[in-house]
Amino acid sequence: MTAAVTDNAQRATAGRIFFALFLRDINVARRELPYFLLRTTLQPLLFIVVFGLLLPRMGYMSEAYKAALLPGVLAVSLAFSSVQSVALPMVADFGWTREIEDRLLAPISIELIALEKIVSGVVQGLIAAIFVLPIARLIMGPIVGLTATHFALVIFIVLLGATAFSVLGLLMGSLVNPQQIGLMFSVIVAPMIFFGCAYYPWQNLSVFPAMKYAVLINPLVYVAEGMRGVLTPGMPHMDLRAVSAALIVIIAIFWTLGMRSFSKRAMG
Amino acid sequence: MTEPAIRTERLRKVYTTAPPKTGRGAPGIAPDASRGPADRRSGGEVVALESLDLQVESGEFFGLLGPNGAGKTTMIGICTTRVIPTSGTAIIEGADVLTQSTLVRQRIGVVPQRPNPDSSLNVRENLVFHAAYFGIPRSIANARARDLLAKLGIAEKTEAKVMQLSGGQQQRLMIARALIHEPRVIFLDEPTVGLDPQARLGLWTILRELHAQGRTIVMTTHYMEEADRLCDRVAVIDQGRLLAIDTPAALKARAPGGTMIDLMLDGGGDGIADAARAIAGVSSVQANGNTLRVYSERGGEVIAALVTIASEHGRQVRDIHLAPPSLETLFISLTGRQLT
Repeated sequence: MTAAVTDNAQRATAGRIFFALFLRDINVARRELPYFLLRTTLQPLLFIVVFGLLLPRMGYMSEAYKAALLPGVLAVSLAFSSVQSVALPMVADFGWTREIEDRLLAPISIELIALEKIVSGVVQGLIAAIFVLPIARLIMGPIVGLTATHFALVIFIVLLGATAFSVLGLLMGSLVNPQQIGLMFSVIVAPMIFFGCAYYPWQNLSVFPAMKYAVLINPLVYVAEGMRGVLTPGMPHMDLRAVSAALIVIIAIFWTLGMRSFSKRAMG
Repeated sequence: MTEPAIRTERLRKVYTTAPPKTGRGAPGIAPDASRGPADRRSGGEVVALESLDLQVESGEFFGLLGPNGAGKTTMIGICTTRVIPTSGTAIIEGADVLTQSTLVRQRIGVVPQRPNPDSSLNVRENLVFHAAYFGIPRSIANARARDLLAKLGIAEKTEAKVMQLSGGQQQRLMIARALIHEPRVIFLDEPTVGLDPQARLGLWTILRELHAQGRTIVMTTHYMEEADRLCDRVAVIDQGRLLAIDTPAALKARAPGGTMIDLMLDGGGDGIADAARAIAGVSSVQANGNTLRVYSERGGEVIAALVTIASEHGRQVRDIHLAPPSLETLFISLTGRQLT
């Protein structure tokens, strides 16, 4: 037997392989950054132009609405860039390209391969939120009650929210067929945004009690309410402990379901 | 006695839903209702592998031969940890595909049937990132990538996008990717399907070199010639079962009755079969519609007599196909069907 066939001297550690997978995703994301930002942040920013700039100036909306809108718009950007950055490539991978195959052959457990997708989704969600925040502030002008004093809490809620939606991306990406992707956005994503308390605080839904409780199944509600709680605490918002608990439960459920369907798709 | 490279015991795979189609890079078998008998697909179940016992020795060039839907791709899928067997065991380089799958993946390289390069990365990055998934540092990976691309004749494409490569070039990139972490065992799933003849010969040369380096190579194919020319040993499988396993020479020796002669007639061949059997040197005759299949122990010598008998029975011979003893004639005698 020749030297060429000897085993790899350096048996890679799982951590090292995980980092290599992560580096690949970040590398690809960096190249596609302009398109990624356009795709995920244009819609929330346009919303800000209309509801945070035009309507208040026309007098149809009070200035106070800006403080309710900003955290919600950040939540939408965070959530949908996370879900998209995990789900979209995965739908293509499992649907027809099978490009993910080279990563599924890496000597690492399939759970870690899925987890890496989640981590890269979280990072991309963060980037979108960080991109939207200053632009939104610029368009809307001064926002009464906006504070950065709870910085650690902001990070905590942002990470939880991005994780919840990345895990949702894992579930959707491994469940949805390429042909249904348009349907997924119009039937799942659009209602999620409009009934996600992104554009109004949850408490104010008391005007429609049935809807107030129905929307609680929507994960975006907790991200938007959490963002209000840490960025504009003067606005009505859910208790942050309830928000955190709900997001953790959501993450656990989506991870269990997502991992199941990911494994199923990954293993022929 | 060294550990075999691959050992499977009573390996069985049943798909409860339609298995993924071959030719899409996905492990599985092609469902084809016109082929398998009814007992293979009852109640939405498709038996892709039925109690397969195989052993591949270290350093062997091993061929898995069979028609589409034989279970070849499922077999490769299980051995490469990408398909979970319904029952049975598969041990690759001493590691179990179910309980030690990461260890198995560490030791194997896989060339899929349909190239599936990472299209977000260029050619070099495809190799360097894949190496990184095996913990190989960038500097080593870059050097190996350069060597492999040069050896495979696509050095000028190093910085090209993968979508700019031709099918043959993509296939070579897949081979480079399978080798970048220097695996002991290389699996190739119908690697020459879709390649032009020149690219196919080029690939054969590469595979022979890998074999000469002492690597274990497992290749599926439905081309007899390919199995015959490249492999040390060949397993003939059909409908998930092992029909024969031996060296190509030994298998060919088992092909019945020497040369196979197919006479295509302008009408039914039934009336001629008895008369043809009486010809000296003819070992067996089957009439099937307008085709008369004759096995001859004297090669093509009996053709003149066959043509004469046909015309005596009022039949014109439209075409004659003559096949010397080969894996193909063996396959036909084992299964009663053509391979492709």
